[in-house]
Amino acid sequence: MSVVALSNVNMTFNSSSANKTVALKEINLTIEPGEFISLIGPSGCGKSTLLRLVGDLIKPTAGDILVNGKSAHQARLDQDYGMVFQAPVLFEWRSIIKNVMLPLELRGYSRTDQQKRARELLALVELNGFENHYPWQLSGGMQQRAAIARALAIQPKLLLMDEPFGALDEMTREYMNLELHKIWQETQTTIIFVTHSIPEAVFLSTRIVVMSARPGEILHITNVDLPVPRGEHTREEAAYFETETEVREWLRAAKQK
Amino acid sequence: MRQAISLIVLLLLIALLWEGLKWIGGDPWRAKKNPFGLTHTPPLHFKVTSDLNLPHIWDIAAAFTNPARRNGPPLVGILLNAAIFTFREAIIGFIFGGLLGLILGILFAHSNLLERGCMPYVVASQTVPILAIAPMVIIWLKAGWVSVAVIAAYLTFFPVTINTLRGLRSPDPMALELMHSYAASRWAILWKLRFPAALPYIFTAFKISATASIVGSIIGELPSGIRDGLGGAILNFNQYYISGPSRLWATIIASAVVGIVFYLIITLIEAFSLRGRKALADNV
Ligand SMILES: Nc1ncnc2c1ncn2[C@@H]1O[C@H](COP(=O)(O)OP(=O)(O)OP(=O)(O)O)[C@@H](O)[C@H]1O
Ligand SMILES: [Mg+2]
Repeated sequence: MSVVALSNVNMTFNSSSANKTVALKEINLTIEPGEFISLIGPSGCGKSTLLRLVGDLIKPTAGDILVNGKSAHQARLDQDYGMVFQAPVLFEWRSIIKNVMLPLELRGYSRTDQQKRARELLALVELNGFENHYPWQLSGGMQQRAAIARALAIQPKLLLMDEPFGALDEMTREYMNLELHKIWQETQTTIIFVTHSIPEAVFLSTRIVVMSARPGEILHITNVDLPVPRGEHTREEAAYFETETEVREWLRAAKQK
Repeated sequence: MRQAISLIVLLLLIALLWEGLKWIGGDPWRAKKNPFGLTHTPPLHFKVTSDLNLPHIWDIAAAFTNPARRNGPPLVGILLNAAIFTFREAIIGFIFGGLLGLILGILFAHSNLLERGCMPYVVASQTVPILAIAPMVIIWLKAGWVSVAVIAAYLTFFPVTINTLRGLRSPDPMALELMHSYAASRWAILWKLRFPAALPYIFTAFKISATASIVGSIIGELPSGIRDGLGGAILNFNQYYISGPSRLWATIIASAVVGIVFYLIITLIEAFSLRGRKALADNV
């Protein structure tokens, strides 16, 4: 069973008013378990909108969205999702460990289980030792890692990430890419990842979905045939450059449309 | 800490200005019981700085220790009792007003309809002067500490309502989406996100309300005929102003101190409740 099945999904904002926006048009996409899908496309083409539709934060104007064979709404109620945004969105009144414990708290785990699981996750994102720090005492990259730990807390079947590393510098970003790749391998989670960076998309993904400028449509899907696990060496392989070039060309076409 | 220092500096400046004005344009002055007969005759003479209108600071200080009535207890004792009495009324009013404000804020935050329907009345309630409301409340509820507390609550609930509402609406839309993505209930969103986010706003309101509730209690005591509080003391020493102006000034200082103490108590609770947050760490 596929993790996500989108059929003929359309999204129009303010459809009744004069300034209506057709954000997405006829989106069809199927995502299999364990895939890492990147969404790439010009600004305003509807990548975030697509992510929020899958996460049932907004409802489509038309079309069907199935997540793990259920409606997206049911999947949200079953807490199948983990979300990471461009900003870490950590709660400033909670220490790092308490932030990671939040989804576990909402699920009604016992206090000791919450702490045990949160410690494991903080170790996974290499934040052990920072349990009792407050978010503002951490760097941007560390905050984003805490946000990833929080998103992984309830072992989501589907991780939705909207430009999670968009605000980081190049060096930190490459490091975070390695980390995320490792986490993806260890947890076997299906990930949908929005990005503006071609190298990042190629390095991380199994497939890259290139979207056209508004109204957003799927222009092309690039398969990334790079062996896993990937590492520093991956960025020097010929296949890596070929894929990058392919995506770049499609992206150019997307912008011209 | 920095606040405490600036407060002391401010008080010193006021004292300096006060005595400076009296030095330039007050009444002639002669130190009591001094062998050299030290005297000072100010070059000018302003009406506002006469000893009757603006007593010397040391006279006001002395008034605290002197008995208010012949053979009575010293004024400090009387003022202390009055302050405790008024403080108690104010705290009860503050708690009622604070709770009312919190409840209204939470209701309004969850229903635009309620907010649009009721907010105009809440705002209108504050445009009616407290001096007009106070006698009405006393007629309805009879004179006593209950009516005084109600008047104090009337001044308290408004800032709390407004700030609670603002604070509950302050979370980042992404934080709300995060909670939705976990299918958090309204209740969970209120307690785990909206309320903690609103706390700094609420404490700002509490600080305004703390001093307002003292003012409300003092004003409430006047028409209700309560003579045990600071309002009663002000009324009393006002009547005998000519024979002892420094006693009224001493009472005014006592009222200010009660307000400041209440404010400081709230600040301490705030510091404890918001520990760990960035805004607070920057302040220290
Ligand atoms: N809540 C909304 N109401 C009205 N229009 C919206 C809303 N959200 C998004 N849009 C519109 O939908 C279109 C797609 O927006 P979206 O945020 O999905 O773009 P994006 O691909 O994520 O862009 P970026 O790369 O800049 O983040 C835009 O034209 C935007 O104006
Ligand atoms: Mg976006």
